[in-house]
Amino acid sequence: MFKLLKYALYDIVKSRFALLYTLFMVLVAISIYQVSEDMSKVSLSLLNIMLMIVPLISAIFATTHFFNNLEFTELMLAQPVKRRDVFLSQILAVMFVLSLAIVIGFGVPMILWGADSSVLILLGIGIGLSVVFAGLAFLASVLTRDKAKAIGISLSFWIYFSLVYDGFVLYLIYSLADYPLEKPTLALVFLNPVDLGRIIMLMQLDISALMGYTGAFFQDFFGSAKGILLSSAVMFVWMILPVSAAMRVFKRKDF
Amino acid sequence: MISVQQIHKKFGKLEVLKDFNLEFESGKSYALMGPNGSGKTTLIKIILGMVIPNAGDILVKGNSIKGSFAYRSDIGYMPQIGRYPDNIKIGQLFSMMQDMRPDIKKYDMELASEFGLMDMLDKPMRTLSGGTRQKVSASLAFMFRPDILILDEPTAGLDPIAVEILKNKIIQEREKGRLILITSHILSELDELTNHAIYIHEGKVFFNDTTESLKDITGESKFTTAIARLMEWSLKKKQIKTELSHV
Amino acid sequence: MKTVKLLFLTLFILMTVSLEASTIRVKNGQSIQSAVTLAAEGDTLIIEKGTFAENEITIRKPLTLIGESYPIIDGRAKGNVFLIASDNVHIRGLKIINTGMSNMDDSAGIKFFDSKNCTVEDNILEETFFGLHFSNSSNLTIKNNRLSSHAEREYQTGNGIHLWKCRDSFIEGNTVSGHRDGIYLEFVTNTVSTGNMIEANNRYGLHFMFSHDNSYIQNTFRKNGAGVAVMYTRNVLMKENIFEENKGASSYGILLKDITDSEVIGNIFRNNTIGIYMEGCSRSTFQKNSFTQNGWALKLMASCDQNTFEENNFIANTFDISTNGSVVLNTLQNNYWDKYEGYDLDKNRTGDVPYRPISLFSVIVEKIPSAVILWRSFLVTLLDRMEKVIPSITPENMIDNSPKMRPYDIRTANT
Repeated sequence: MFKLLKYALYDIVKSRFALLYTLFMVLVAISIYQVSEDMSKVSLSLLNIMLMIVPLISAIFATTHFFNNLEFTELMLAQPVKRRDVFLSQILAVMFVLSLAIVIGFGVPMILWGADSSVLILLGIGIGLSVVFAGLAFLASVLTRDKAKAIGISLSFWIYFSLVYDGFVLYLIYSLADYPLEKPTLALVFLNPVDLGRIIMLMQLDISALMGYTGAFFQDFFGSAKGILLSSAVMFVWMILPVSAAMRVFKRKDF
Repeated sequence: MISVQQIHKKFGKLEVLKDFNLEFESGKSYALMGPNGSGKTTLIKIILGMVIPNAGDILVKGNSIKGSFAYRSDIGYMPQIGRYPDNIKIGQLFSMMQDMRPDIKKYDMELASEFGLMDMLDKPMRTLSGGTRQKVSASLAFMFRPDILILDEPTAGLDPIAVEILKNKIIQEREKGRLILITSHILSELDELTNHAIYIHEGKVFFNDTTESLKDITGESKFTTAIARLMEWSLKKKQIKTELSHV
Repeated sequence: MKTVKLLFLTLFILMTVSLEASTIRVKNGQSIQSAVTLAAEGDTLIIEKGTFAENEITIRKPLTLIGESYPIIDGRAKGNVFLIASDNVHIRGLKIINTGMSNMDDSAGIKFFDSKNCTVEDNILEETFFGLHFSNSSNLTIKNNRLSSHAEREYQTGNGIHLWKCRDSFIEGNTVSGHRDGIYLEFVTNTVSTGNMIEANNRYGLHFMFSHDNSYIQNTFRKNGAGVAVMYTRNVLMKENIFEENKGASSYGILLKDITDSEVIGNIFRNNTIGIYMEGCSRSTFQKNSFTQNGWALKLMASCDQNTFEENNFIANTFDISTNGSVVLNTLQNNYWDKYEGYDLDKNRTGDVPYRPISLFSVIVEKIPSAVILWRSFLVTLLDRMEKVIPSITPENMIDNSPKMRPYDIRTANT
């Protein structure tokens, strides 16, 4: 397993994508730091990148990588190694590279210009979302034999979680405006990793208390030990779930 | 050495292998033939565990391959198109494959050195031509002195010199008593390399015997024409079938 | 000038009185009340260091009470500590603790009735129900006192500095915390409050009603339960105050209700749920204020008209302005908006395209508060962008036609 991972990592770390993505992240972070003066604004701008760009790139890259490496995966499957290990080495390498790009890309400017704990949590969320969307992309990839179709499915996951789902939430809130909606919306937030990441981050930024009653309710929940535990647990489940589903399919898949 | 028992495989609605049985014995070399879509590649992939059959089992050295992966260290596989990670170097690829078989300490580097690969161990895979990649694939297949060699279109894309080197190696290994399984479109090559012909048609074994008996049955003295005759028969059989179904 | 004049006046009075007045020392263990009763008009009582367990000390003649090293006057949780109904009473350097905690008689540290020309200066008040309570008095100087209380709930405490029907007074340099309202003014006129630090009170930092012609300058109102609430008043000047950290479901930097002909100039609103909430306000000017990192910088209800907002900075607020109506009768001009994305081709430092400070999302949140959980989501960003291009729901004339390209330099002395 570790041998496989070692080689998969070696390959992916040296790939042009890893370099470009990291560079892109560095440039984005530097320009954000240059433009905004105060930390909370920096965090909010970085948050937009984390919530939008990171899942998109993760989904597309993971799908392309899966298909580009398909023949190699097949070669591995003909070797005396477990299928599980072949799969895990591939996906872990992808997740590692995506996370590394975020850590370096956002970490270097942070060392240069300073950071607070909220930025660290932001990094965590970025990594979490990378893992979730890489997992979803692999799931899309193992479910179909066609690269274009898989990219399509990955993009649909992305659009669904970052746009369609929120539209649905807005519609629900709108049509049920007369009822107390704090608890149901809390539950709805848990069902979408992007929303969950966004809310966890917003609660960290200390702006939540400025958001009236709903904000205060969420602050209360996410500020408590129970809330922190539960939200990180749910985020963790989101990170595990697509990967394990993809692995299940991969184990039974014909190459 | 390999026993294919009642394998059944469907891709969606398409039945590729139906109640498929075959025995491969050590010391023999098999030419696996059949028209496109007859199920040869599927059969190879099932043996390698890359495709999972709907029913039936494969025994390698008497053990079922279900849920097992260690048996694959007995198989040297050369795929039709060997594609490798772009950034890995030849030397790293070799040591990686060696890493995966920690029990094997002595490597057969004959092919690698004859192909001149030992001088380019530092070259990344992405810089290699298709032919050189094939050389890498071939070297890997033979590197661990496996008891079973599965070669899928082994000479495709190789230059004539490399083809000769590879052919000699195959013959040499056959003489050592290994089981060799080759698919190829170049029939003359199969004649040289194999002594047993298996012809698959529509997911079933249509012919399975030595090359000599193939020539006897078809009444042709040359392997290539014998195969052509076999193909004709298989197609006729299909026609007969359809005619019958109209009655 | 006013301050200087008044100071001279008091000095003059003090001097003339002291010609015939004597100084009496009250030692630890003696009774302040008996000393007060024995003293002649205009005498000075020096209270030595010690602890005096007394309450309802009643003063009905002009006197000066000066504490040495903050003698403690302990009301032992019974009623008021001082009750004063006389002109020219001056109290300085006392530490007054533990008044009664009853709403029945509004127990206070020092309570004045019908008094003129009085001074309360440099005192420490701890665990008082009301701190300093004045009614029907005038020409008061309330200066550099430190008031603190620790009630957990609003009803367990009264106001810090409480004036009812007073006029011509100064409230300066006081620190008030842990009370219900920090400063409470009702029917108070011509009064100036400057340099006070009003922090962590349970309800409002500053609360006034029907108190016309007052000014509030360079005060700090921080972390009060519901911020500052001012109502039914005209001609108010609020200048260079800081309103910050007032957070919560119904918390405001300032809540302005029925305020007219007033000026709000050079203030800083920072980290409040709502910077300014306005209802029924008119003919007021809001100029050179800085709104940073508020949930809503301004909530402008449709009942407000003829107000002018100019040369303010709006920086890093979640929402710059929200309103509940569609008709806007107020003027916005020359403000700096950090969310402004226009350009300045002619380089006159004023953006060439107008800025609409109301986002679609703020309108949605105004109608359905729960929708706030979608803040910063892609969907909301997209909706806001679309609305910017094709305005359909947001009020059409809520617009700044001359948005500035650079923020103003707004500072106050008490930062």
